[in-house]
Amino acid sequence: MRPTNEVKLTFLSRSANEGFARTAAACFAAQLDPTLDEVNDVKTAVSEAVTNCIVHAYPDKLGTVTMRLRLFEDNTLEILVKDSGVGIPDVEKARKPLFTTGGDERSGMGFTIMESFMDNLKVRSQPGKGTTVIMRRRISRRLGI
Amino acid sequence: MPISCVEEKQVLTVRLTGEVDHHAAKGLMAALAEEIDTALPRQLELDMSGVTFMDSSGIAVVLRSWKRMRELGGAMVLRAVPPYAVKVLKAAGVDKLIEIK
Repeated sequence: MRPTNEVKLTFLSRSANEGFARTAAACFAAQLDPTLDEVNDVKTAVSEAVTNCIVHAYPDKLGTVTMRLRLFEDNTLEILVKDSGVGIPDVEKARKPLFTTGGDERSGMGFTIMESFMDNLKVRSQPGKGTTVIMRRRISRRLGI
Repeated sequence: MPISCVEEKQVLTVRLTGEVDHHAAKGLMAALAEEIDTALPRQLELDMSGVTFMDSSGIAVVLRSWKRMRELGGAMVLRAVPPYAVKVLKAAGVDKLIEIK
């Protein structure tokens, strides 16, 4: 299935960009006329994915984070968040609730939140090369007012 | 991330405002720890009515305060939590540990 619209954003792994990324995703998703709840879910999931890049992918340096947003005809929003950071040695373990390498400043719930707020989540990672997260959410169609 | 506090009869009420994400979390944790350790309250009430966004970083903020209150032998409640923040807290099972009023 080909996307009906697409944007790609690349930004530095600064924590100030967490707010930028989720707001940009919400603005792009607005084309699908989402409910407020759907917008909030998308913003939260994006925030988790981007925060992971900032905290874990580039722990001691700044790197680049790429976010690609796509819309499909069936009202699906696809969000890809990619870094070229340290990678995750064991993705399955990292996805488990409460697992974190970030100490008690992190809750270990990032992937759990992404999973529960989106319809599906794929994580690909190669240690030393980086991590790509792809998540999809179908936005409900609403009758015009 | 501005916070404002009121203390009355050993109940410390802290109002959080703005976006509670990783960018804000560190400062927020430090500010809360300082307020708790200064007031040494019997109960901590986090008023979240002014929170406009929250992700899992907010869970860590809440849990850290909860742990500190437990160490002090005190209790903690969350008040006026917006629906999107309730959803995040429930996804993490925080509602089973801390009362959401």
